[in-house]
Amino acid sequence: MVMPPIKATKQMKKLMEDHFLGLAKAKEEGNPKVAWCTSVGPAELLHAMGFDVYFPENHGAMLGATRMATDLIPEAVAAGYSPEICSYLTSDVGSYLAGQTPLTRAYGLESVPRADVLVFNNNQCREVQDWFMFYAREWDVPLVGINNPRVIHEVKESHVADVKSQMHDMIPVLEQVSGNKFDIDRFREVVGLSKQCTIRWRKVLEGAAHHPSPMTFFDHCIHMAPAVVLRGKQEAVDYYDLLLAEIDQMVQDQVAAVPGEQVRLYWDGMPVWGRLRMLSELLNELQAPIVSSTYCNSWIFDALDERDPFDSMARAALELFNVRDDDFKEGYVKEWVERCGVAGIIFHDAKTCPYNTNSRFAMPQRLSQELGLPTLVINGDLNDLRFFSDEQAKTNIEAFVEQLLEQAA
Amino acid sequence: MASHFAGIDVGASATKVAVVDEQGDLQGHAVRRSGVDFAASAQEGFQRALAMAGLQAQDIAGVISTGYGRKNVPFAGASRTEIACHGAGAYFHYPQAITVVDIGGQDNKIIKLDAQGRRKSFKMNRKCAAGTGAFLEEMALRLDLELGAMNQLAAAAREEVTLGAFCTVFTGTELLSKIREGVRVEPLVKGLFRSVVKRVREMDTLTNLVVMTGGVVAHNPFLMEMMAQEVGREVVTTPRPQLNGAWGAALLARDQLT
Ligand code: SF4
Repeated sequence: MVMPPIKATKQMKKLMEDHFLGLAKAKEEGNPKVAWCTSVGPAELLHAMGFDVYFPENHGAMLGATRMATDLIPEAVAAGYSPEICSYLTSDVGSYLAGQTPLTRAYGLESVPRADVLVFNNNQCREVQDWFMFYAREWDVPLVGINNPRVIHEVKESHVADVKSQMHDMIPVLEQVSGNKFDIDRFREVVGLSKQCTIRWRKVLEGAAHHPSPMTFFDHCIHMAPAVVLRGKQEAVDYYDLLLAEIDQMVQDQVAAVPGEQVRLYWDGMPVWGRLRMLSELLNELQAPIVSSTYCNSWIFDALDERDPFDSMARAALELFNVRDDDFKEGYVKEWVERCGVAGIIFHDAKTCPYNTNSRFAMPQRLSQELGLPTLVINGDLNDLRFFSDEQAKTNIEAFVEQLLEQAA
Repeated sequence: MASHFAGIDVGASATKVAVVDEQGDLQGHAVRRSGVDFAASAQEGFQRALAMAGLQAQDIAGVISTGYGRKNVPFAGASRTEIACHGAGAYFHYPQAITVVDIGGQDNKIIKLDAQGRRKSFKMNRKCAAGTGAFLEEMALRLDLELGAMNQLAAAAREEVTLGAFCTVFTGTELLSKIREGVRVEPLVKGLFRSVVKRVREMDTLTNLVVMTGGVVAHNPFLMEMMAQEVGREVVTTPRPQLNGAWGAALLARDQLT
């Protein structure tokens, strides 16, 4: 049975189109200036400074989903970037070198909107810095960023002070590139909007606690786009109001994203962008929805608070799952597993993203023991499908669900 | 009345068929190359196994397919994963808590079952073929040996060469350089067997009774001896290790219908 599509999707597509057309227009007119930002970087500050903000990881995901990545990665590899580093980086750089982008087909853009400034936070990984450095060299534009502490258990005041001061340090460069003066009231406003977005995005994800779940991980991967690229803007808040109303209705009507759901799963790690459909169809067929994921949860920034924008943004950046130690991560996964009534956890070991891969230090074994739940590790990658075997993944997942059903019986 | 059951295990290299009676005992079987037409191989293997058992298709009450080509067997009533079938096959012979180690043509599996035969966990090897049947096949080619000769050579070796490489291609190069150094073939083959055992060992912990299955073990029983050495206790196999998956599938067909 094929479920009717989520109606809000149409509006989301329009928002994304507006986003990219807006960026293209900004480049044409030279105003506003365009800042590139990492997906969990200080986007709010950039909006507050009057930039149009572009997220290369979003482009990376599009390269993966369209499977253009597989052809483009070799371009970057030939230029000296290892095939074992982030395949967002290699596919994005490859796309630039080859002069091809999925934005052409999707939105009519000839190329990605060139950056006037590149801003990273390496809280998620080190690759983003090297990725942005490629373009900083290529276009001779400034690169600024935050070197975030990593592998921390709890967020300490010293960490917050560090990140905060690095944010302050960026302001002169941002002022110079944008031609605008930093305005604290505008900053508060943007952080306030981002907070409103986060509150709603959390609710969307918590909707999966309902039995049956109205949405799956695969839906979340699509509907997270505004929380990533439009956070800090009113459009994102309005979008999630629309989506939440639809989810509420689905919950009321007991609409199941996967009809006849038998067991519920949790996904840890990056999506396999080029195989989302295959995996989604497989799990539909097995009646085993993935209802929650570390990845989609990563854009919940509970700490944001417009009353103290610098402090709260620093905390949000530091509270990020990727930044934390394994003890914290395990507690976090456990919380969502319990909230969503999950029977088993799938870990995706993404060859080129160790930062979003949590199965390499025996976490599956520990969580399995602690929660009494089976875990499964599948090998693959976010964008480089040469590291993913359809057959192995299918058999593994099918056998895993088989085992969960046997245990449930 | 139909009183027999069949399991068809369409592996990447061989298709195995098992026909069992109500007790689960093997009455007929067949092994043939899977080739490119899985459905035809399955059908042909099925006919041969039926003939061996002295049965007709209508004597078969249920068929379950498994293996890489499990969805390509039109006459199967249902399909189950290799994991389920290998578990069921091994548990039939050893009804206790067991760890099944299956070394197949293209992949390895480790399946843990509790004393009731319920699956506790499983692992399949990564994409790479190192440590599988394909690895040994490739190495036999490099050494210009018949695949069937390897077991005897490994067993006869008084020494053993340590091979360090992880991947099949690198191991091949390593072999060539050893040959250039004048190393004899027996210790090399034993070294290759050791690397198969090592690859399996690092897939998972091996607890309880270890039951080894699969075509590679059927043709190279010395691997069991080496595994026993590694784990420091007895390692067993099923009566027909290569048929274990198909036999397990037939048992699942029986359990489903009785
Ligand atoms: S977190 Fe992983 S996928 Fe994302 S940019 Fe860094 S390495 Fe790439």
